[in-house]
Amino acid sequence: MVLDCKHVWDCISGYLDNTLPREMRDLVQKHLDHCEICSAILDSTRNILILTADDLVFELPVGFSERLHARLDEEMVG
Amino acid sequence: MTRACETRDEAQLIASVLAGETQLYYELIRPYERSVYMMALSYMKNEADAEDVAQEAFLKAFHHLATFRSEAKFSTWLVGIALNEARNRLRHEAVMRMESIDDAPEEGGHISPAILRDWREVPSEALERKEVREMLQKAITSLPDIYREVFLLRDVEELNNVETAAALCITVGNVKVRLHRARMMLQKQLTPLLRNMNPKRRWIPWF
Repeated sequence: MVLDCKHVWDCISGYLDNTLPREMRDLVQKHLDHCEICSAILDSTRNILILTADDLVFELPVGFSERLHARLDEEMVG
Repeated sequence: MTRACETRDEAQLIASVLAGETQLYYELIRPYERSVYMMALSYMKNEADAEDVAQEAFLKAFHHLATFRSEAKFSTWLVGIALNEARNRLRHEAVMRMESIDDAPEEGGHISPAILRDWREVPSEALERKEVREMLQKAITSLPDIYREVFLLRDVEELNNVETAAALCITVGNVKVRLHRARMMLQKQLTPLLRNMNPKRRWIPWF
């Protein structure tokens, strides 16, 4: 069985999470070994996941904790 | 004394807060301030409302702490409260965006990725640039709700599939499908934008 590119795209998430069944993973791997387009899609997806998971993307606003604690102090009493 | 507090685990902290040591609540929630704020921001789309929702969620969590069941993860429980708070706020303001489940079918509808032949990695140092951070934030926050919440919990908060399913009250199967679609949407949207950081990359037009 040979996978076409579209089929491989549907497997990218499972491939990255390493949750594909062994047989399917081998087929995807075989395709990736010779398809530079799918390899680049895989690499770009992985790269984007690394960037979006970085703590710098969603930083707490300055003073967030202080304001939170002040609000809690006010209301936790009652 | 302070050092002893630091080493207490979460269950102990919760028990202590419930027993009246309310000041320990700050210590309990400190590791999750960012997660809760981030979930709130992804719904509210502006910092002031997100901060208000986050504060409200922490307050509700405090008042309902006795209902927390230790078989659940505290972080999952907390995020669930924040999600509800954000959703309720939007519902009350009648500005629930139209990208609801009806408009974003989970099954079918193949998402074609952005096509390219080569990809030069964008290093994490790029995040030092404000416009890159904003670009990523915008891409994530503009995902339809059902995809964004799964993506944030799985790929940003690094919860596993089971924890994500529990926090959102959906099946693990749905988590996997939605996560895949979220990732592909981000690849499609962000790859061309990130390409502009390096104009020499070759592209193939996609129809």
